Amino acid sequence: MSSTTTTAPAPAAGSPERPRRSFRDLLTALPWIGPSLALITLIVLFPAGYMVFSSTRDISQSGVDRGSAGFQNYLDVFAIPALPRVLANTAVWVVAVVALTVVLSLALSNFLDKQFPGRQIVRLAVIVPWAASVVMTTTVVYYGLQPNYGIINQLLADVGILDSPDFGFTKNATSAFVVAIVVAVFVSLPFTTYTLLAGLQSIPGDVVEAARLDGASHRQVYFAIILPQLKPALAVAAIINIINVFNSLPILRLMTGSIPGYDADTTTTLIFKLIQSDRAVDQASALSVVNFVIVIAVIALYMRIVKPMKGVDE
Amino acid sequence: MSNAVLTRKPDARPAQPLKKASRYATGGPGSGGSIPGRVVAGILVALLFLAPYGIMLFGSLKSRAEILRIPPTYFPEQWHLDNYVTMWSTPETPLPQNLVSTIVISVAATVLVLIVALPAAYFTARFRFPGRMAFLFLVLVTQMLQPAVLVAGLFRQFLAFGIVDTWLAMILVNAAFNLAFAVWIMHSFFASVPKEIDEAAQIDGAGRWATLFRINLPLVWPGIVTAIIFTFVAAWNEFAASLVILSTAGNQPLSVALTKFVGQYDSAWQYVFGVSIVAIVPVIVLFAIIEKRLVGGLTAGSIK
Repeated sequence: MSSTTTTAPAPAAGSPERPRRSFRDLLTALPWIGPSLALITLIVLFPAGYMVFSSTRDISQSGVDRGSAGFQNYLDVFAIPALPRVLANTAVWVVAVVALTVVLSLALSNFLDKQFPGRQIVRLAVIVPWAASVVMTTTVVYYGLQPNYGIINQLLADVGILDSPDFGFTKNATSAFVVAIVVAVFVSLPFTTYTLLAGLQSIPGDVVEAARLDGASHRQVYFAIILPQLKPALAVAAIINIINVFNSLPILRLMTGSIPGYDADTTTTLIFKLIQSDRAVDQASALSVVNFVIVIAVIALYMRIVKPMKGVDE
Repeated sequence: MSNAVLTRKPDARPAQPLKKASRYATGGPGSGGSIPGRVVAGILVALLFLAPYGIMLFGSLKSRAEILRIPPTYFPEQWHLDNYVTMWSTPETPLPQNLVSTIVISVAATVLVLIVALPAAYFTARFRFPGRMAFLFLVLVTQMLQPAVLVAGLFRQFLAFGIVDTWLAMILVNAAFNLAFAVWIMHSFFASVPKEIDEAAQIDGAGRWATLFRINLPLVWPGIVTAIIFTFVAAWNEFAASLVILSTAGNQPLSVALTKFVGQYDSAWQYVFGVSIVAIVPVIVLFAIIEKRLVGGLTAGSIK
């Protein structure tokens, strides 16, 4: 964090006019970074603070602030009978989606790194779920899994996986939750695969070649040389997936939203139910704060492991 | 595109031509696989990833009766291209207005991001000043946040400002939550332009802004294009915040409007899919343009 001492146009460190100079440097910087600071403050920091504040207020269904509620909203949230199930769902959701995504992406990126005719086309096909809105991808799968008239159901019946196409995947919480996990993995694969592909391409060919000359098998080369070098790319892919999946709303909302109860909810979908169905913005704020604290903890962990700021000041 | 300034190990691997040919021959598991085997696997992978969008495309061309028929047809018996005309005037949602909303919000958010992020990226890459690291750290933290985490706070705040249910609110949200990525990617591009070029321009009498616009911009253009496309696509597909903040049907973007076609008992699937195709095609074209940079951009600042 010693940014001021290494500056190019600034005077030598320790010179008497340094403090005034550095204040002037800050003033010079303001027109350049000011707009960014303003936008972040207004739309990210301020709502975060306002959310914490709202979580301690008693807010009516029409949005009127009826005074302080102390920690009552938090107590109300923790008293929701479905909360243990929702927390367990959240953990299963994040772990299952991220783990499956990472493992499949490792295989897929390894494959897309090989040379074969038409590779470019396959790579472009893999991008499509990334370009399409998650809402749209989820909707088409939801349609395909409708009993009887859904095309995916029909296909599963035609190839003999389903006895009859009248199975209702999205009609009960458990199977809908599983289907939602599959869709979440599907839409997470393109970004993760491309991140790992970029990581693979930064591994120098001569290292791999040397290991091969020493008699290492393809498998040994992969696990002993390629995989360790992929660690930074894996770390980035994992953390971004964890945050995306944790905050993901549309997939579960569309797949499981019409199922009564909270058996297929995560904390994020519960927040939206509290806002939209119950109009309990105060409780939603309290749950959001809990969610927010979890996200911040994950980011802190990421900062420790990946150290993304290292090297910025070279 | 050297991101050396932002890499974890700037000294580890200087930019040097990769020995691609040899690496392909000696890579990981499956390197011994035959070329025809890879092509077959490639076709299967491509089909798997395109399948949902194939269902979408064929579904968008079926009649309402056919798309709900039991048993379903894989391909349309009659190709109803007119779905793409009639979907614009349906009772479920004012689709033309939804399209306008989507375009206005995405374009305005992208322009705002560019205006705000470009100077910040340039200045932090070129000059040292007190608080520079704190600023970059703040940007990195916002990159990790999403509107869904803050939606309760955003909703209350916009209510207090009187701009809930307006385009302006969503333009600000989309701009703020995509700002971080734009700053990081452009920062890494600016940092790769040699300082000597700036100094030469300043000796010739150019001010800082002139140096930015006349000298640097042409050199970092690829980074700017990447930032523009990413911001635009993210705003185009945004769902969670729009759902809570935009309550008037006409204000809602396509991503939210789509869900109106899906009812408990009666769904106009052919329109859902028609709208989806219309919304997806431009984004695929944009992504294809920057395919090579897709990830270098996303991971700038974290990996090499």
